[in-house]
Amino acid sequence: MRYLPKSPAERAAMLREIGVSSIDDLFTAIPEEYRLMRDLKVPRQMGESEIIDYFKAAAEKNAHAYTSFLGAGAYRHYRPVIIDSLVQRGEFLTSYTPYQAEITQGTLQAIFEFQTMICELTGMDIANASMYDGSTGAAEAVMMAVRVTGRDGVLVAKTVHPEYREVMHTYAQHQGHEAREVAYYPDGHVQAGRIDLEALEQAVNEETACVLVQSPNFFGVIEDIPVIAEIAHKKGALLIVSIAEAVSLGIVRPPVEADIVSMEAQSFGVALSYGGPYCGVLAAKEKYLRQMPGRLVGETKDKEGRRGFVLTLSTREQHIRREKATSNICTNQALVALMATIFMTVYGKEGIKELAVQNLAKATYAADALGAHDKLLFGQSPRFHEFVLQTEEPPRRLNARLMEKKIIGGLDLCKWYPELKNATLWCATELTTKEQIDAAVAIVAEISVASAAR
Amino acid sequence: MATTTNGFVGTTRKVTAHLTQNEPLSFEKSSPGKKGYKLAPLDVPEIDPAALLGAATREDKPALPELSEIEIIRHFTRLSTWNYAIDLGMYPLGSCTMKYNPRVNEFVSRLEGIAEAHPYQPERLSRGAMVIIKLLKDCLIEITGMDAIALHPAAGAHGEFTGMLMTRAYHQSKGNPRKNVIIPDSAHGTNPATAASCGYQVVNLKSNAQGGVDVAALAKVVNEDTAALMLTNPSTIGVFESEIHKIADVLHDKGALLYMDGANMNALVGKTRPGDFGVDVMHLNLHKTFSTPHGGGGPGCGPVACKQFLEPFLPVPFVALGDDGLLHWSSDRPHSIGRVRAFYGNFGMFVRALAYILANGPDGLRQTTEDAVLNANYIRKKLEDVYELPYDTPSMHEVVFSDKRQVKNGIKTGDIAKRLIDYGFHPYTTSFPLIVPGALMIEPTESESREELDLFIDAMRQIAREAEENPEVVISAPHSTRISRLDETTAARKPVLRWKGPAMHDAVEVDTAAKEW
Repeated sequence: MRYLPKSPAERAAMLREIGVSSIDDLFTAIPEEYRLMRDLKVPRQMGESEIIDYFKAAAEKNAHAYTSFLGAGAYRHYRPVIIDSLVQRGEFLTSYTPYQAEITQGTLQAIFEFQTMICELTGMDIANASMYDGSTGAAEAVMMAVRVTGRDGVLVAKTVHPEYREVMHTYAQHQGHEAREVAYYPDGHVQAGRIDLEALEQAVNEETACVLVQSPNFFGVIEDIPVIAEIAHKKGALLIVSIAEAVSLGIVRPPVEADIVSMEAQSFGVALSYGGPYCGVLAAKEKYLRQMPGRLVGETKDKEGRRGFVLTLSTREQHIRREKATSNICTNQALVALMATIFMTVYGKEGIKELAVQNLAKATYAADALGAHDKLLFGQSPRFHEFVLQTEEPPRRLNARLMEKKIIGGLDLCKWYPELKNATLWCATELTTKEQIDAAVAIVAEISVASAAR
Repeated sequence: MATTTNGFVGTTRKVTAHLTQNEPLSFEKSSPGKKGYKLAPLDVPEIDPAALLGAATREDKPALPELSEIEIIRHFTRLSTWNYAIDLGMYPLGSCTMKYNPRVNEFVSRLEGIAEAHPYQPERLSRGAMVIIKLLKDCLIEITGMDAIALHPAAGAHGEFTGMLMTRAYHQSKGNPRKNVIIPDSAHGTNPATAASCGYQVVNLKSNAQGGVDVAALAKVVNEDTAALMLTNPSTIGVFESEIHKIADVLHDKGALLYMDGANMNALVGKTRPGDFGVDVMHLNLHKTFSTPHGGGGPGCGPVACKQFLEPFLPVPFVALGDDGLLHWSSDRPHSIGRVRAFYGNFGMFVRALAYILANGPDGLRQTTEDAVLNANYIRKKLEDVYELPYDTPSMHEVVFSDKRQVKNGIKTGDIAKRLIDYGFHPYTTSFPLIVPGALMIEPTESESREELDLFIDAMRQIAREAEENPEVVISAPHSTRISRLDETTAARKPVLRWKGPAMHDAVEVDTAAKEW
């Protein structure tokens, strides 16, 4: 086996030195009846070229050379080439969690830079070293708010990503807190597509630990964070803002009134990769530091006074506190956080805005063009790069027609929002070209025009 | 022989001191107007963000660094050279399984149809992803001897969480979720933290004189309130629980489940199967046993495997074979614990783990396990005369010593670990498991050649001698790193968790006093 650096003679010599006659003498602790005396039934050992052929064949069964208007929590942005060059350096790729600070300063300093950048983008005081993803991060943020407030009521906007809400409910089920969902303003309302503020005001009370909203929300609409914060804070509840599209922060006002921000940083240079690995991160106001889950890197000095970075405040964590820890999280998404860090360094202060503005422009063009034929839902509310289109034609049929032209249309929302009939969620990013948008519009319009003529 | 001002006298056969570059924080190198990007020109009409977003428009700009591409490359390359890594040498962290991360894994995970696949793209354009998921599931089920599996959990602790929620849902389906989870005192900290997050009280179980589960003591604490025992097997001292079937019987007699933490599965693959020795539910760490990279602390992947009676409680969605003979995503699992993560899990890690399994085949997987156990026993044999072996039970894939002999000279496990850095090795796991005071937990994995093992053994023996003859050199180690031991107390008391200083725009003053010789 080519990964194993030993010759048969070396193995035999080592066994002799250990003082046993065969390798099986080292497995005698396993009771005989449980020893596996046959080969595992897995595919036979393959050569490297065969492995590549296998995965190439699989890759070809996936979408290839399609135009896509999918977003919904997983976004296609350009990934600068140097990200992959750098994260494939073995010193990053094959290093462990930086517990031994003297020989992991590279990872530690990069995480410190990541934490700083996340604070800058979100307007929060502190940020951790990463969480699994946006969905589990949001669930952990809710548990954090429950610990901070000592209350057990949780209010979640129905405009939060449906899968994030599902994950939050899974996490919440044995925490002793109750999560209730808050409706959104329907189409036609002046704040259509945003959380229903009257409903929220009525729902928040002295038992409410937190209000969880997403902004831009699942419909792409930007929530009115200052007003929501006021409603939550009036009753002593915390506001958690989930951000699924990190690029939005280049042009959308950061949720500075929030107490905790849970962000998915996949947009920052991370491949779509059929849903993972992505990169969650929690940021918060400094006063909640002791309740923050996950790893934190801090700056300090060595005995000669040289600056160095170290994992710190670990008395919050499971390896010290065991059952009293703030979370059971251990391994997080360090390498993916590094990708995001490199991405943020590449775009920098000016680029992140320029990038966000391009996304806004493309989506505005696409929404206007598609909205000219079909109905743009929640069209009057501010939004980033996603929008909801309501068609006369059922989404399934519409998308089938688009697919014939190698276009993956908007995501059918009927599963999660049946009340929005024939609604699809569309996304355009800086990678979406005018030509692609025009092509999709032409196909969508064929039926719209036909039905209008009827 | 190398000598330093600290009186360093070790013979470091593996390393030679080498210059590394200094590098400030990226923010400190930033200067306005530099760019590391260039967007394609906008091909749609320009917009006025303030007109579209109104009050939701961002007024300020985040203080992200402004640097050119070459500076960014150098910045992160320089940082990388400050890290130790498996690619540089042996990384003997016990229970972490720091094995070789094959590069073909990385290559195939970046194939366009895989890396660019959107999680919501239509099923008929996702068959390749589903085929990969199905084959990986089938392989892992065969390797563990379990009946069903879910790949969603993003890490080991997330897998534990999923497994314990399933345990709870199972007991609930019998009318009572039960109250306690029993956890041996040798367990990893995630086990009790997980049990608590699933609403269980933790009952600590004291290990027996061999460091294993005391079956009689277990029998006394197991009752109708016990939901499960969370057991790491082989244990954190690297010992196989040879009475595993009795442990399972004691639990099953009272209706409790046996949860296995699969962190140490690298000792078992191809030699024995948890499903055969009584385990009901377990998790794997693909980033340990199945070679997906640790990446400085993630991403991981922690699939949960279970017996058939627990399958109804596995998370959703799952890949199922439809009547049309094709694979489909289904959420038709009415008793499921629900969704534990958005989308389907860390798919990129599934790809890498499957590539590893295909590269090994049945013979390679078995040989891998045998070599891992061979290496640990070789180290044990070569060091047991100089380091205290707290338990003389046979070792599997890792060996745990204690600092008992060195502590007499004021040298603790953490000091020996730091000194090991000077010899060119990453330290072993220190002070864990908690049942061994001053533990040195060494897991070489199968990836080490005999030469590398001998260098490690040589270093460990030299340090043992230094502990006798020159303890100061050990206590003040490491001597060869960019920085010495950091002030962790101040880091925690006055946390500085982000950069706030001004950007350093001033050019370096050329030292006019410098002379050329």
